[in-house]
Amino acid sequence: MTNQSIQPIIHNSRKRRQRTVFVTLVLFALALTLSATMLMLGNTIYPVADVIRVLFGEQVPGASFAVGTIRLPRMLAGIFAGLAFGIAGTVFQTMLRNPLANPNVIGITTGSSAAAVFGIVVLQASDTFVSIISIIGGLLTVLAIYFLSKGAAFSIGRLVLVGIGIQAMLTAVINYLLLISRQNDVGTAMRWLSGSLNGVKMETLPPLMIAVALCLPVILRLSRQLQILELGEMTATSLGVKTNQTRVLLIVASVLMLALATATTGPIAFVAFLAGPIAKRLVGDGRSTIIPAALVGVILVLAADLIGQFAFTARYPVGVITGMVGAPYLIYLLIRMNRRGEL
Amino acid sequence: MNMPKKLHTPKRFGLLLVGSLVLLVVCMLASLAFGSRTVGWDELLDGLFRPAVQSYEADIVRQRVVRTVFSFMCGAALGVSGALMQSVTRNPIADPSILGVNTGAALFVVVGIAFFNISTASDYIWFALAGALLTAAFVFGIGSLGRGGSTPLKLVLAGAATSAALSSLVMAIMIPRSNVMDQFRFWQVGSVGAGTMDSIMTFLPFFIGGIVIAILAAPSLNILALGEELATGLGVRIGTLKLIASFAGVILCGAATALAGPIGFIGLLAPHLVRLVIGADERYIIPMSALTGAILLTFADVAGRLLGSPGELEVGIVTAFVGAPILIALTMKVKVRGV
Repeated sequence: MTNQSIQPIIHNSRKRRQRTVFVTLVLFALALTLSATMLMLGNTIYPVADVIRVLFGEQVPGASFAVGTIRLPRMLAGIFAGLAFGIAGTVFQTMLRNPLANPNVIGITTGSSAAAVFGIVVLQASDTFVSIISIIGGLLTVLAIYFLSKGAAFSIGRLVLVGIGIQAMLTAVINYLLLISRQNDVGTAMRWLSGSLNGVKMETLPPLMIAVALCLPVILRLSRQLQILELGEMTATSLGVKTNQTRVLLIVASVLMLALATATTGPIAFVAFLAGPIAKRLVGDGRSTIIPAALVGVILVLAADLIGQFAFTARYPVGVITGMVGAPYLIYLLIRMNRRGEL
Repeated sequence: MNMPKKLHTPKRFGLLLVGSLVLLVVCMLASLAFGSRTVGWDELLDGLFRPAVQSYEADIVRQRVVRTVFSFMCGAALGVSGALMQSVTRNPIADPSILGVNTGAALFVVVGIAFFNISTASDYIWFALAGALLTAAFVFGIGSLGRGGSTPLKLVLAGAATSAALSSLVMAIMIPRSNVMDQFRFWQVGSVGAGTMDSIMTFLPFFIGGIVIAILAAPSLNILALGEELATGLGVRIGTLKLIASFAGVILCGAATALAGPIGFIGLLAPHLVRLVIGADERYIIPMSALTGAILLTFADVAGRLLGSPGELEVGIVTAFVGAPILIALTMKVKVRGV
């Protein structure tokens, strides 16, 4: 190969990298703006100066409570849940090479949610223990889906079907638990069925934050292998990727984040489904979508929460808004896949 | 075509019929006897056959009669509805709840409560039917796009996605209106406990109409099972048949959903159980699915009352617990083309 013939390839690759960097920066700026807006907006609108003073620990009458105790945990929960759902969603979608194969559609988030409700209602467990149970719930759901769909002829189609079945059952479990706990007020039900940032407290956040801080580097380190996995088992193996080890690590890290995010905010509907495809559309093929998807996840959660809180006369939990966006997109995706004969 | 069936069906069928009837009677008696206050055999007979006897227990039994009849009708309707949907789509994983038809009915009921101030069974039913019909058309439409027509995977996914979209809408309408929420939440769990004489009378015309159509369509559905080309060759008007049969199926489940709330998986389970025992003849499957559906729902209702005592566990939750594993088992057997 002459130097000239690879020139265009290098050129394209550079252009794609530039695009990724640009997209990532824009997404980051957007996420930052939304976070700031979340701190400023509310019943009383506080100026940036007040918000910054509160963040630096100064006592500002009124603002300290509203921003520091109510809005800050809400924003942080939104950010970290968005990161967790976005990353985990795109990891599953890339690994299984299908946008349908994401934690929302195949029921992993429902598994964590059911486990969390079980911990709260039946065991009356502490926050830490609820986190642990929801991790176990998520992992068990993954295992169940894996073993039930393995069978003689594995296909993503079967996996998705099994996932939907498992989800139906877990939703019944959640409904049952909410019913026997006499906790079936709407707020609680909404949180555990479709996700909500209402009433998040600072004390409940650390497990999720730690999980994201630990798992994100692991997943980023594996992002190259993940991209190769997407090319198929054979190619990946021949390129020297330890496929099974990589997969297990990726799944465990993703489920860890998913489960803790779910234990904190409930399974915010369709964020894990939407983030990956949107990120992919933005950065184009051939680039890792993990960081862009993480940012898209944050943007989705924060924007949906802002819309839910302020755009209408009534206040909607974040999951209702993401559900209204996500479900039609899922229908659109199905129509497109059906037309192309991909299903 | 009739030959092989005539050879083996009657013997087994007679046995099955008697067995199911006995089971049904047992379930219905249990439904009369058990609950937050369990009554004995004598009081049961008092309540049923001796109108002169006035006692607390006899009154309870009389009230449970309505509930029992209502759960019989809902179960039968859901069973037949499932059998029709499975046979029209030629897809083993078809059920009003899986295909999202229940959620469509729910959305329309909520719209009715919120914007049209409906509150009685006879109002609910029209809204629910409209919602069920539109949703069914939509889901079948999406599910049969593209190569190979409707496959289990396409239909289930279309149903799940539509269901998710519609339930977000339900939430959006409901959250700002607490009065609607109260009214809707009673309905939404899926329970036969709220059945009244009024709901039975409202249900009756749809129930009879749907079942009669189903029974009349059965022989043609048998031919359809041989494949569309062959059925056309044998003189079946496929389009009309599918339209009428799915119409009947949707009417049955829509009416049951309107009155009892969304109850999942009876429509999935009943026809499969029947097929396991008597094979693939729709002329037997449809009536037997009605019986089996009634048994399952009545049984689930009694189980819910016993498990949830002193209160009760809504039958919709019980059927989901039992039905979802069956759905999973079925997906493992279904042929799914690799995606």
